[in-house]
Amino acid sequence: MAYLDHAATTPMLPEALDAYVATAREVGNASSLHGAGRAARRRVEESRERIAAVLGARPSEVIFTGGGTESDNLAIKGVYWARRPEGRTKVLAGAVEHHAVLDAVHWLGEHEGAEVVSLPVDHEGRVRPEVLAEALDDTVALVSVMWANNEVGTVQPIAELAALAAARGVPLHTDAVQAVGQVPVDYAASGVAALTVTGHKLGGPLGVGALVLGRDVACTPLLHGGGQERDVRSGTLDVPGIVSFAVAVEHAVKHQEQHAQRLAALRDELIERVRAVVPDAVLNGAPTDRPGARLPGNAHFGFPGCEGDALLLLLDAQDIAVSTGSACSAGVAQPSHVLLEMGADPLAARTSLRFTLGHTSTRADLDALITALPPAVDRARRAGMSR
Amino acid sequence: MINEWGGQAGRLSGVRVLAAMSGGVDSAVAAARAVAAGHDVTGVHLALSKNAATHRTGARGCCTKEDAHDARRSADVLGIPFYVWDMAERFHEDVVEDFVAEYAAGRTPNPCLRCNEKIKFAAVLDRALALGFDAVVTGHHARLGADGLLRRSVDLAKDQSYVLAVLNSEQLGHSMFPLGDSTKEQVRAEAHARGLAVADKPDSHDICFIADGDTQGFLRKHLGSEPGDIVDAGTGEVLGKHDGAFAYTVGQRKGLALGRPAPDGRPRYVLSITPVTNTVTVGPAEALEVSQVDGTRTVWIAGEPPVGPIECEVQLRAHGRPAPAVVELDGSAMSARLRRPERGIAAGQAVVAYRPDPAGDIVLGSATITTAS
Repeated sequence: MAYLDHAATTPMLPEALDAYVATAREVGNASSLHGAGRAARRRVEESRERIAAVLGARPSEVIFTGGGTESDNLAIKGVYWARRPEGRTKVLAGAVEHHAVLDAVHWLGEHEGAEVVSLPVDHEGRVRPEVLAEALDDTVALVSVMWANNEVGTVQPIAELAALAAARGVPLHTDAVQAVGQVPVDYAASGVAALTVTGHKLGGPLGVGALVLGRDVACTPLLHGGGQERDVRSGTLDVPGIVSFAVAVEHAVKHQEQHAQRLAALRDELIERVRAVVPDAVLNGAPTDRPGARLPGNAHFGFPGCEGDALLLLLDAQDIAVSTGSACSAGVAQPSHVLLEMGADPLAARTSLRFTLGHTSTRADLDALITALPPAVDRARRAGMSR
Repeated sequence: MINEWGGQAGRLSGVRVLAAMSGGVDSAVAAARAVAAGHDVTGVHLALSKNAATHRTGARGCCTKEDAHDARRSADVLGIPFYVWDMAERFHEDVVEDFVAEYAAGRTPNPCLRCNEKIKFAAVLDRALALGFDAVVTGHHARLGADGLLRRSVDLAKDQSYVLAVLNSEQLGHSMFPLGDSTKEQVRAEAHARGLAVADKPDSHDICFIADGDTQGFLRKHLGSEPGDIVDAGTGEVLGKHDGAFAYTVGQRKGLALGRPAPDGRPRYVLSITPVTNTVTVGPAEALEVSQVDGTRTVWIAGEPPVGPIECEVQLRAHGRPAPAVVELDGSAMSARLRRPERGIAAGQAVVAYRPDPAGDIVLGSATITTAS
């Protein structure tokens, strides 16, 4: 199989899997008072310290969660609820955010009296700082702008945005699940108030993530119970998951630079070879030659005249795993809101296909893709665009 | 391998087939049989409903999601690839809007038939063929043998040849109906044996896009209320009022709410609907009897269209009994002289001609009913 969908999820790193299995053999609730409990607690706290150290945070700022969606929901709803009594009822969110952010924000708008403001993006998918500056006022509860986009890989000017927000006393949350391990991410240096990271996008296990949240950022809990995580998040801690997650985060961040170089070279080759076999393919998102503008593992194309989901089916039949970039829970391919917000027309948006590379990607994956792609494009073009 | 049920397409082995999987037991077993016959099967669930329930594009009603889930689980069990194809827009234009327009014109459409004609064996089949598939397999209860003839299912209570009779030979040539030789009971038993969780899922009965089964309410929502008269066919007397003639069907007895009995004390039935004057005409049961049915948009499946009249049987509504008739074609028009009168024949339904056959009645052709007298 040629797996070209690492942005959906990437295989576990061997050391993360080993750490998971070894820890899963041990008994112990990290909240128990006996020796087994203390041992489990020690593993959790060591993991918290390891993650904090590589992400530029203090250990007390790391709150373990069940993954990216939970972290996003906690940051957005929790911070909104905590600040609403001060009359801060506006929530600003980038127009190309993941649904874990967008749907949480819209839910606040529909049920909790929030005034939702969408921050428009430019044709590369970037929130321009002047757009945020204009939208900020004293009624804003929080801003959420992703570090890097999951579909087209555009990296946002997060430090600039966070500084603008901070100057107005507004915390900025960023979903960095696609960014950690691909581009340098430093929580403290970035100036953001809250940062989402998840295990399975960087070689850790599914179902575990963290919200890095400043000690001074008030946040109302979503999950009430034992108060395990700073009283902001309850639930028995997933010790093997957390240990494995920490191993993966540490590895991903420590090897980020060489990993990014390797991926970018492979990705650039992929783009070049796709263009060679399908000359009218359109690369969406930020250019690859502007440093730091785009995730190194992301290539996102429009194939004029082809339905993205027809191409996906045809490539899948050749054992090549790609993504149309967006799917709803029923699995129906819909024109991507990301591309529409970037100014694509709905028909063009339906022609898109996302290729994302990761730590197991090789040139052989590219060879398989380049062999299968031209006939698939021909066929998909014959099938045409359905109404 | 040659399959009895494979139609023309099934004469080859290892055919690439697209299994339309609704999430029900029939289509799951049909797909399973295609797999067992050695074909290269890919499952597709058609997303047809268009309820944008939330702000999120593509969000659909829970029922559709559950059906998609069931179809996916069946595909998993069969070990075949599975995708969801969004046909909601086409379905809305070609089936739902057509359904409403037909009622507005005083006719009684059959949306399943239209869906087969315009979606499953048109839009879906065309896309499948373009993508390299050879045929579409569905869970319809009808037989399609290697001779290319479409026959009734062995399970006459479940027979769906009527709603397939609009398909032309080209469409049938790329279709497979693996269930025609089995009863529904056998299909359910096989689903159990194959470990398909949908084995006991209830049959779907009503029109799929009217979830609560309230067709009149659905039509009122789309066409609005327009009060008009209910008129006696014999005397011309106004017997009552209605909220819109479109909501009535020829042959209907219930829901007339006339408030007083007829002079002869016998029940009255809807005889005709006149959209122009928004009038519903009622009369006694025998006034419903017709012996001549005329249709248009004829599709002749079984060989060359006949020259001159032929003796056969016709079926005039979705679960109607076969009636002996003499059928004659004239271009795209079909006329059927019934050997004995039939009641409650509505314009918009199909007239389907069958040749009785011990190996399953053979579908000869179909037309859309325009008038009956």
